Amino acid sequence: METSSLIIFALLLPLVGALIISRLDSMPNVREVFTLLTSTSLLVVVIALYNRLQDGQTEAFVVAEPFAGLTISFALEQLGMLFALVASSLWIVTSIYAIGYMRAHHEKHQTRFFALFAVAISAVMAICFSNNLLTLFLFYEVLTLSTYPLVTHAGTEKAKKSGRVYLGILMGSSIGLFLFGVLLVWFYAGDLTFAQGGVLSGKLPEHLALPVYALFVFGIGKAAVMPMHKWLPAAMVAPTPVSALLHAVAVVKAGVFAIIKVTLFIFGPDFLQESGANHWLIWFPMLTILLASFIAMTKDNIKERLAYSTISQLSYIVLGALLANSLGLLGASMHIVMHAFAKISLFFAAGAILVTAHKTKVSELSGLGRKMPFTFAIFLIGTLSIIGLPPFGGMWSKWYLALGTLEFSGPEFTRWALLGTLMISSLLNIAYLGAIPMKAFFGKLPEGSDKTIKEAPLPCLIGLAVPALICIYLFFSPEPFFSMAQQAVSSGQ
Amino acid sequence: MTDYILGHINYWIIIILMMVGLYTMMSKPNLIKKMAGLSVFQTGVILLYISFGKVTGGTAPIVAEGFDTYSNPLPQVLMLTAIVVGVATTALGFALIVRIQEAYGSIEEDELEKMDDET
Amino acid sequence: MIHEQLSVLLVVIPLLAAPITAMFNKLSWSWLITLLVCASCCFFSAWLLMDVANGEIIHYELGGWAPPWGIEYRIDALNALVALIVCIIALCTTIYSRKSVEQEILPYQHGMFYAAFQLCFLGLLGITLTGDIFNVFVFLEISSLASYALIAMGKNRKALTSSFHYLVLGTLGATFFLIGVGLAYAATGTLNMDDLAAKLPLVENIQMVHTAFALIIVGLALKAAIYPLHLWLPNAYSYAPTVISIFLSATATKVAIYVLIRCLFNVFSLEYVLTTWLPQIMTVLGAVAILYGSVRAIGQTGMKKMLAYSSVAQIGYMIMGIGFLSQQGLTASIVHLFNHALMKGALFMAAGLYIYRVNTATFENLKGMGREMPYTFFAMLIAALSLIGVPGTVGFVSKWQLINAALEQQQWGMVVIILLGSLLAIVYVWKLVEVLYFQSAEKIRVQGVESGSERIGSSPLGMTSAMWILALACIYFGFNTELTLGTAGTAVDLLFSAGGTK
Repeated sequence: METSSLIIFALLLPLVGALIISRLDSMPNVREVFTLLTSTSLLVVVIALYNRLQDGQTEAFVVAEPFAGLTISFALEQLGMLFALVASSLWIVTSIYAIGYMRAHHEKHQTRFFALFAVAISAVMAICFSNNLLTLFLFYEVLTLSTYPLVTHAGTEKAKKSGRVYLGILMGSSIGLFLFGVLLVWFYAGDLTFAQGGVLSGKLPEHLALPVYALFVFGIGKAAVMPMHKWLPAAMVAPTPVSALLHAVAVVKAGVFAIIKVTLFIFGPDFLQESGANHWLIWFPMLTILLASFIAMTKDNIKERLAYSTISQLSYIVLGALLANSLGLLGASMHIVMHAFAKISLFFAAGAILVTAHKTKVSELSGLGRKMPFTFAIFLIGTLSIIGLPPFGGMWSKWYLALGTLEFSGPEFTRWALLGTLMISSLLNIAYLGAIPMKAFFGKLPEGSDKTIKEAPLPCLIGLAVPALICIYLFFSPEPFFSMAQQAVSSGQ
Repeated sequence: MTDYILGHINYWIIIILMMVGLYTMMSKPNLIKKMAGLSVFQTGVILLYISFGKVTGGTAPIVAEGFDTYSNPLPQVLMLTAIVVGVATTALGFALIVRIQEAYGSIEEDELEKMDDET
Repeated sequence: MIHEQLSVLLVVIPLLAAPITAMFNKLSWSWLITLLVCASCCFFSAWLLMDVANGEIIHYELGGWAPPWGIEYRIDALNALVALIVCIIALCTTIYSRKSVEQEILPYQHGMFYAAFQLCFLGLLGITLTGDIFNVFVFLEISSLASYALIAMGKNRKALTSSFHYLVLGTLGATFFLIGVGLAYAATGTLNMDDLAAKLPLVENIQMVHTAFALIIVGLALKAAIYPLHLWLPNAYSYAPTVISIFLSATATKVAIYVLIRCLFNVFSLEYVLTTWLPQIMTVLGAVAILYGSVRAIGQTGMKKMLAYSSVAQIGYMIMGIGFLSQQGLTASIVHLFNHALMKGALFMAAGLYIYRVNTATFENLKGMGREMPYTFFAMLIAALSLIGVPGTVGFVSKWQLINAALEQQQWGMVVIILLGSLLAIVYVWKLVEVLYFQSAEKIRVQGVESGSERIGSSPLGMTSAMWILALACIYFGFNTELTLGTAGTAVDLLFSAGGTK
């Protein structure tokens, strides 16, 4: 099969799946089987595409040409493939988990949920394989629109308000800032195709590099750089599987993926370093890391704490991208993978706690670890990976980020500030994330607590175990992600 | 000066007519008076065209023995069309006024606005 | 030879059919005749467009009398595109109209309604196709008079006052246009547009040319509802019968903007326009219209009025594009002319479907209707996203083109305003979406309507299919822009090559 047809197949498969799933309202078991079938097939297709990529098939193919010289086109590329593998593998895991969760929680409109999920994944696949900024922008918007009904799934007044914040910030930033940036790139460079070394060097006057780059960093609201971060905690009103996949993996990762792509293939690290665009901008992800960690410490609601943790971790990736050197970008790309697996275990654990013990606050978790040891063990694994300790995969991304910081080409003061941020935030991670398993295992069970609390349902447990085990596995063997990230970063030099 | 005014007296009268019509249309609240103003305004325009077409010493643009200077027939023909349009507009306007009277009971614009704002 | 006659057929067929339609008072017969007329006109205008798409210009002399003495129809890419969109909208509206007219128009008026509809249609087509400027006035008045009558057929008594208000302002505008034409005629002695373009630069009395220009522009601005001359539009579109709202909102103002473009380029030449303040005025007024229209739309409590104010904003986009007076800007305006007709047509059709089902379009009474009528809601959503300018829809194509035009002229402020317009559109579109989808359906209070019946059970097929045709066109032309951008490009090339070729 032609590679182009295979790519189209990867995009259409979740959509077709969504269509069929939406018709299966009356047969829930068949519907769940179908969801699993679609997600498994998608992973198979993505792996097939991965093999094609390793064979060197990287030609772009054009789907439509709305404007002269501007196309909607797709191509296989290392970084996109990395993201695609992560997203498609985690879709299977999330589907398994979601089936258990939604049934245990007796959620309404489950069909709508699974169908829209598939549509969102289709948009993510399209983002992964985009070959130019226009295609990326198009499917970025499609992703926002297709996840909006997932965020407002509950249909309550609170959900509606959160939906408004979600849409307002994401669409406002993308149309007001991101689109502006895309237009300026088109205006100056005359080309929006992702290319090695970027398209802007020599075309954009150096003093304009900072404002245009800022348009992208803030315009890509899904990367949640402060002040564009409010939508993430607002979106926590959604059911946990939605929060988990979309906000720990797909939606936010699409944002940071877009930032890395723009950095590598539109601006080019060399151009950024020469123009010094990143020297001032890098303070924003830095401050976001610290501020978000501080706020996370004050939050008692587990999901809100995890949301702010995500904001903080996303800024690690943005920081890595803004370092504009190969080590930093390598660390950023690796962190996409590591954080995805770690965060999703944390969210799943939080969901399991909600469903079985009906607890949503950290203060209520005292001693619960002894009742639900498996769940909290997973939580511990995720926490340690995020903190960056061996033997968990998160160590590698933190390692390369730190190395990248040492090579930062900007002012000396900024470099020290960056190192300091990395160290302080690791400590803060221990404080706000580590406190949870600590409390659960070593705290005392409150008086009169429910004796009948058991472990989470089995599908949830499987969903919990897989990403956590992958976190451990990735420490020992970060392939194939590591080599993909390396190739992507070195090709962009 | 006198040449400027008296020599172009027809245009001055036409402009005054147009202004009178416009003013009536804008300031009078009664709908029928508005239509009257509109009519006067359109009449002014018709006279304007005809004035354009008049050739000094020319006669009516109908071929006749003994005359060799004719006024320009084209504006007169165009204005026949415009008169028809004006008639149709006036008729339609009055039909609307009748319906408005039936529906609202009044044809004063301020009263109509008040009634519209209430609903 | 046949090609030239196509242009006059487009006007003659509805002209002959209109009195026949008036004779039949049965809805099904009138509807059928109108449908056949619109379908054949659609077919002919598509044929015409294919002929002129390569830049050729077709001339048809009425009665065989040669211009500049005789009236001629002059078709080039710009005309043909506008004629095509008018025909498409008329066809879709006719498909839509059967059940809607049955519900909203009194039975004894059905034949008259369709007759007046065809007269309005032929008036708009006549304006688009003709090459004689007085002929433009005549057809302008034909279409306007027909639309005054059609608007007055609305159920609410406010339709009468809105129609009267529109009559007064519309006639005022047309009369200004007429005075301008008279002055131009007095200066040059000709009424043919090509001839005027050749003779106007030679006129010595420049005051006369200035006055003629100003009067023509103001007259057309009144008809095109350019801010601040837009006051008739919100009421006229909200209280008119649904079918008329759809048809007029998608075509009437567009045709007036077409005449504006024609007068700016093919009558008064580009060099002349550049010596006036008009380009800057248009850009500024366009910007103000965008902001004003969007902000007013946000504050509305009814769907139709909100869409009407949104139209004012969209017309602002077109005017801004013209004001740039560059190839890119003009292309953006022409493309937006086409695209907006599709978007607004689909949106008003959705509003009409809600009115058909529950007799009302105020937000208070539309709560939760989106869940009861998912197909309508989804089509409306596509058109609404197009209004915002989400990529993948036609709205994005026009916005992209317009912003590129602004960037080309280094008008950063205008870029910001255009983006701001999109952001404001998100607000009012989302208000609509939230009301329709999130709130729970309540008991309906029906206001000021004699029938006041209960809710009707299902949406008619004709209405839904017409709406979906337009909604899908919104997506299709967002990807395949060969027809819209391609033809607009040819049209703009013709407009910019000075002097109007024969």
